[in-house]
Amino acid sequence: MQTGETNYVAMAGFAIFIGLSLVITWFAARKTRSTEHFYAAGRSITAFQNGLALAGDYMSAASFLGIAGLVALSGFDGLIYSIGFLVGWPVVVCLIAEPLRNLGKYTFSDVVAFRLRQAPVRVASAIGSLAVVAFYLIAQMVGAGNLIKLLFGLSYETAVVIVGMVMLAYVLFGGMIATTWVQIVKAVLLLTGAFMLAVMVLMKFSFNPLALFAEASRLYGEGVLAPGRFVSNPIDGISLGLALMFGTAGLPHILMRFYTVPDARTARVSVAYATAAIGTFYLFTFILGFGAMVLVGQPAIRAIDPGGNMAAPLLAEAVGGQAFLGFIAAVAFATILAVVAGLTLAGAAALSHDIYVHVFRGGRASEKEELRVARGATIALALLAIYLGIEFKDQNVAYMVGLAFAIAASANFPALVLSMFWRGFTTRGAQASILVGTISTLTLIYFSPTIQMDVLKHTAEEFANSLHFKYRNPGLFTIPLSFAVGIVVSLLTPEAAAREGFARLEHQIHVGEEEPV
Amino acid sequence: MSDTEIQLTRVAAARWRLALILTATMTVVYVGFILLIAFNKPLLGTILMPGLSLGILLGVLIIITAWVLIMIYVRWTNTHYDHRVADERRFRQEGR
Repeated sequence: MQTGETNYVAMAGFAIFIGLSLVITWFAARKTRSTEHFYAAGRSITAFQNGLALAGDYMSAASFLGIAGLVALSGFDGLIYSIGFLVGWPVVVCLIAEPLRNLGKYTFSDVVAFRLRQAPVRVASAIGSLAVVAFYLIAQMVGAGNLIKLLFGLSYETAVVIVGMVMLAYVLFGGMIATTWVQIVKAVLLLTGAFMLAVMVLMKFSFNPLALFAEASRLYGEGVLAPGRFVSNPIDGISLGLALMFGTAGLPHILMRFYTVPDARTARVSVAYATAAIGTFYLFTFILGFGAMVLVGQPAIRAIDPGGNMAAPLLAEAVGGQAFLGFIAAVAFATILAVVAGLTLAGAAALSHDIYVHVFRGGRASEKEELRVARGATIALALLAIYLGIEFKDQNVAYMVGLAFAIAASANFPALVLSMFWRGFTTRGAQASILVGTISTLTLIYFSPTIQMDVLKHTAEEFANSLHFKYRNPGLFTIPLSFAVGIVVSLLTPEAAAREGFARLEHQIHVGEEEPV
Repeated sequence: MSDTEIQLTRVAAARWRLALILTATMTVVYVGFILLIAFNKPLLGTILMPGLSLGILLGVLIIITAWVLIMIYVRWTNTHYDHRVADERRFRQEGR
């Protein structure tokens, strides 16, 4: 299918499935509200439901569109993302999930601020969260823009603007309904879609994945089954690996999920379900990526989008025709909408609640005022996402999410770990660790080839002659830096109250909140 | 310190040990894999049988390793840890 052609079968399929998933979501949300359990009993989500919701939050456009595209264009190198996105989960379940559930109320800043001074810690972690959210949003915008461009034949820029507007409308409306159900519906849709696509690909290879891989290496050389150019130097490879592994434990919208369940045990078990779903999905991406490489072909994928993000939809068209393309595109779009809704809400909450109320209003603001600021923040975030989405055209979305992971791993993860395991951690230490982690990561990204050459279009020579950072992934430098700053600053600014609070924190990590006497 | 609290402290320490061992295992396995990608690309490119390179096999094994580690942790805590926490909670409530 050429860009610019309008395809009515695919469009109809797209419209039907988007409509259907919105209706399912609406009914599910309404049902929970009518039983009055969702808000009243709160924390009543079961382990299985929460597992699916976690999986829904985690499997964004990056996983489906980005990884399939990376594998299709560079073979094995794309699988590094599939694998890296999963290995963070044992860290989450072993170190983070239970203490988080037992210590906090709504966000992970509750945990960091548990025995520290509230306001400074909250402001710092809001800034860190916003940076993560921004990069995550860019990735979703790039994916959605390409999808609409492919399906409706609009220019990429028009597509991004329209997508941004639709998302804004959806968030302002969808912010009210239970986002957990959106994620559950979406996770099931995405798993089903990926499964169907994988089966249809394997049908052509007598259900033997190895036959598919062998065909790929026959067509594009054995190099596609081995690490290649994408991770061109060792430092970049290690840096990416660290960011992926420790980033998961610092993603604000993932961590928030542990507060929707009744207790630590449910939090723990829900991660097991989530990982089962996510791991299975990533094994499908092996098939989808190589399937697109063989059945669609690399030149055709590159022609639509140099970032490769349209490999999975093109594959759907190749094996299942127009209607199936419509279905897969709808699944991908619903995925993006759901993730964007969650991200934008998290970002708006950080801006309005943590920064506006705590910094500008000294903690005093009426609910009405806060709501107005939150709405404004949502619109501002949407505009920012549209602008950045256009600037980052042609980037692969899995790579963009990789950068969001680098920020999460440098800004949030060190402060979270230090606050739970180190008695000597202080307010100033937490502040410094989060801010230095965020700013250093953003700075290194700005001076990397991604911004200097791909976005700002400087030539290789200009790049080499100006101030620059030669690696594309900053994690290897910024994660240790953030830990070091947190420790050094804490040692320089001892805080008696924080030290005394540690025993209470340790106890509450084990048994949860004390029942009021 | 009450009996239940001593037991809780003991089992909590055991849980941290297990959690750290499992986290360390995952880190070593994954970082090892990344180091191979970084420094020994030809080895991972070794073709074991048509269509299967060592790199792809190890990749699948790492995903399975993550599953196994999580299963070990969830099983252990579900059988050993939760009871102790429940004991401690019951004791505290009765004590009041």
